[in-house]
Amino acid sequence: MARTTPARSQFRPAAGIDQSILREHKGLLAEIDRRKLLRGTLSLGALTMLTGCDVADDGSVRKALLAVSQWNDRVQAAIFRGDHLAPTYPESAVLKPARFNAYYDVEEIRPLDGATWTLELAGLIGDKRRWTAQQMAALPETELIVRHICVEGWDYVGQWSGVRLKDFLQRIGADLTAKYVAFTCADDYTESIDMATALHPQTILATRYGREPITDPFGYPLRLRMGTKLGFKNAKWITAISVTNTFPETFWSKQGFNWFAGI
Amino acid sequence: MDGMTMKVAEVEPSPPARLHPLPLRLMHWINAAAMLIMIASGWKIYNDEVIFGWLHVPDAITLGKYAQHALQWHFFGMWVIALNGLAYLIYGIVTGRFRRKLFPIWPHEVLATVRDALTFRLRHDDLTHYNAVQRVLYVGIILVGIVVVLSGLAIWKPVQLSGLLVLFYDFQTARLVHFLCMAAIVLFLAVHVALALLVPRSLLAMLTGGPRVDPASSHSAAMPAE
Repeated sequence: MARTTPARSQFRPAAGIDQSILREHKGLLAEIDRRKLLRGTLSLGALTMLTGCDVADDGSVRKALLAVSQWNDRVQAAIFRGDHLAPTYPESAVLKPARFNAYYDVEEIRPLDGATWTLELAGLIGDKRRWTAQQMAALPETELIVRHICVEGWDYVGQWSGVRLKDFLQRIGADLTAKYVAFTCADDYTESIDMATALHPQTILATRYGREPITDPFGYPLRLRMGTKLGFKNAKWITAISVTNTFPETFWSKQGFNWFAGI
Repeated sequence: MDGMTMKVAEVEPSPPARLHPLPLRLMHWINAAAMLIMIASGWKIYNDEVIFGWLHVPDAITLGKYAQHALQWHFFGMWVIALNGLAYLIYGIVTGRFRRKLFPIWPHEVLATVRDALTFRLRHDDLTHYNAVQRVLYVGIILVGIVVVLSGLAIWKPVQLSGLLVLFYDFQTARLVHFLCMAAIVLFLAVHVALALLVPRSLLAMLTGGPRVDPASSHSAAMPAE
């Protein structure tokens, strides 16, 4: 499929930045980062020895813990295997209805109108035409009966179906060598995943649960469902998908939750 | 033979090593700090989805303002406790410390020690020798330490490490095992700290190294074996 170069941003200087300086000091830059991590880790250990000091609220401790969390992102990406499947279950194990969870109560959900809803595409994508709910529902479906595991510790088995994200990205001419796929949701939720997970066979854009169209609390008309990530990564009520090489912070990563959140 | 080796061969044999050599003491205190981080942050994470409805941990003794901060602490401490624990296991096996100090364990000795303890006849004058009950508890807590790390890995990566998760049956039973290991560690910690405070020499030994011991025996060089 043809890949197109994204249009140059009008905010980007025409001449660009001299990359040779960056290249020249690449080693130094990496070293500074490593030192910071090491120093942060050491001072963390020392601080915990002190009593009567609320270390959790200390700014430098916060930064060190976040640095470790980013290191954990890298470790998780390294151990992720694109061909390793999450265990699947028989239909008899499926919980109906699914368990609701969001950053607000179920009474506060704002249902979307499937007739007027469209999916917006942005970033490193060849064909950015919008998709309607009918068009999405007509795509070839994959069914996923996998365990949903929440970062809080609860879990249930769900039965989701919809188009494989990999197939959809290929169909719209997305740059599959880009680093991230980001999702914007109708409830002001934002989510992003690594490309390796986006291309995993158990990553789908779900339109059905238990063979029926997904209902309002669970992200109608379109939601993300992955067998290899924690529950909160599975964006609901998706309104836009973008493919990018710039790290997209997410609703929860901004609040300190681990970004990769692989299982 | 060159000059360097000659010189080494000529010097007096070094005095016997301390009861707790420096690397062991370092690993002990790193483990102590990391264990406190893991327990306190683990309690905060547990509170978000309790296993027992009657059991919520008071926020005053948990670590991390909200769950995400507790998770950050937990997944930082994870590296410290796992790498330090691995170093400890390798050290214990390679130096023969486990074999010398923790084995053999005979059931009749365990029973005799329990009897002595219950009748207040248990002696603590030789710090360098672990009685049968101590041996059982130390071997037990090392095993618990291994299981708590494995069950933790299974909870962290139930898909990537799905083979490991099967050992614990499923995700919720792995969580339960992780919780029960924590409970065993907290129980051990209570007894361990209480006894260390009752016999302050033992606490001091873990700071300064304690008496020098003949590496060939598990007993103190200065004190005859009983």
